[in-house]
Amino acid sequence: MYTQALDAPQPPSAPTDERERLERFQARIDADEKIEPKDWMPEAYRQTLIRQIAQHAHSEIVGMLPEGNWITRAPSLRRKSVLIAKVQDEGGHGMYLYSAAETLGVARGELVAQLLIGRAKYSSIFNYPTLTWADIGTIGWLVDGAAIMNQIPLCRCSYGPYARAMVRICKEESFHQRQGYEIMLTLAGGSAEQRAMAQDALNRWWWPSLMMFGPSDTDSKHTAQSMRWKIKRFTNDELRQRFIDATVPQAEYLGLMVPDPELRWDETTGHYVHGPIDWSEFHAVLKGDGPCNRERLAARRAAHEAGRWVREAAAAYAEKQAASARDAQAG
Amino acid sequence: MNEDWMLYEVFIRARSGLEHKHVGSLHAADARMALEHARDTYTRRQEGVSIWVVRSSEILASDPAEADALFEPARDKVYRHPTFYAIPEEVKNL
Ligand SMILES: [Fe+2]
Ligand SMILES: [Fe+2]
Repeated sequence: MYTQALDAPQPPSAPTDERERLERFQARIDADEKIEPKDWMPEAYRQTLIRQIAQHAHSEIVGMLPEGNWITRAPSLRRKSVLIAKVQDEGGHGMYLYSAAETLGVARGELVAQLLIGRAKYSSIFNYPTLTWADIGTIGWLVDGAAIMNQIPLCRCSYGPYARAMVRICKEESFHQRQGYEIMLTLAGGSAEQRAMAQDALNRWWWPSLMMFGPSDTDSKHTAQSMRWKIKRFTNDELRQRFIDATVPQAEYLGLMVPDPELRWDETTGHYVHGPIDWSEFHAVLKGDGPCNRERLAARRAAHEAGRWVREAAAAYAEKQAASARDAQAG
Repeated sequence: MNEDWMLYEVFIRARSGLEHKHVGSLHAADARMALEHARDTYTRRQEGVSIWVVRSSEILASDPAEADALFEPARDKVYRHPTFYAIPEEVKNL
């Protein structure tokens, strides 16, 4: 999923009365018990989850934008129906996740407000532009593919509502990835121009997709604590490696070149070895200096403002209905 | 600033013959809108044939900290289970 910039607060050094509760909590986690909303949990666990789930939810919502702008330009009615369904799913994923975050005692309005004022993070991948129709194929294939790689272990996350939301999401993601690969298959089997378009999209999306897994393990400070809490099950580099191993043969089948001159199969480890990742680009995009950061936030803000009158009208209508129901009862 | 609509819990019956099961929550201005949102959010792939929505604030939940007091008393009443009773092998249909 999309929480590569997570900065988890460190667990506070606990006074002795707290220590026993912490130990009991950790024992429950170690025994693979699920933690549910009203259970006692360390404040750092709660905050880590709120941040991770919120980032994930924001990513689903912002992730609708790069694909949404191709709905009117989809090359056929079939592709258009599929793309609408996929984008609607992403909106649904955002809703499942905000709902899971709310069980931790934070209001959805607060989380949305943080996104709109630019204080919340979301996945760096959605700050890249979708220039051609091949980008829509590549996003489904690589971006949803990377998301699936990340999300499957989260179905076993220690926090019950998050794990259950992830089960629901994972069931829906597989169609996203397959429809993307199908677009790529069609382009790869098409004219020279279509094949070039597919290759160009892969060239632009390959490295940003690898960055979706977050910083390398050597630079990822919070992985250890999240693994101890079973919020995270595998490290960033482990998941990235799995993704590469799964994806390179798929690119070969399409007859496309992965844009990494150092990429090679290592017979002894049974894994691909990849070239260095440009982490300065990753950090720049995360900080707000990607190609589309400003555009994405502006689009979210505009949508939020444009929907304001609808929200207000619905609230006013509900209030009026409730009032007349009260009157009828009193009369 | 929180302008959220009210929170509703959503329960869905997957097929007739099954009970409604909790699937998550959502925000809506009123109960009718909650039903419509529940349809769009939780049944895009025919996951249900019936939906219940309940205002989250209307649900009274037991406190996990009191789980022992609530559920412990049932623990030593093993005589409530059929395996508590020893019946000779040769007695059938019991
Ligand atoms: Fe998604
Ligand atoms: Fe997706």
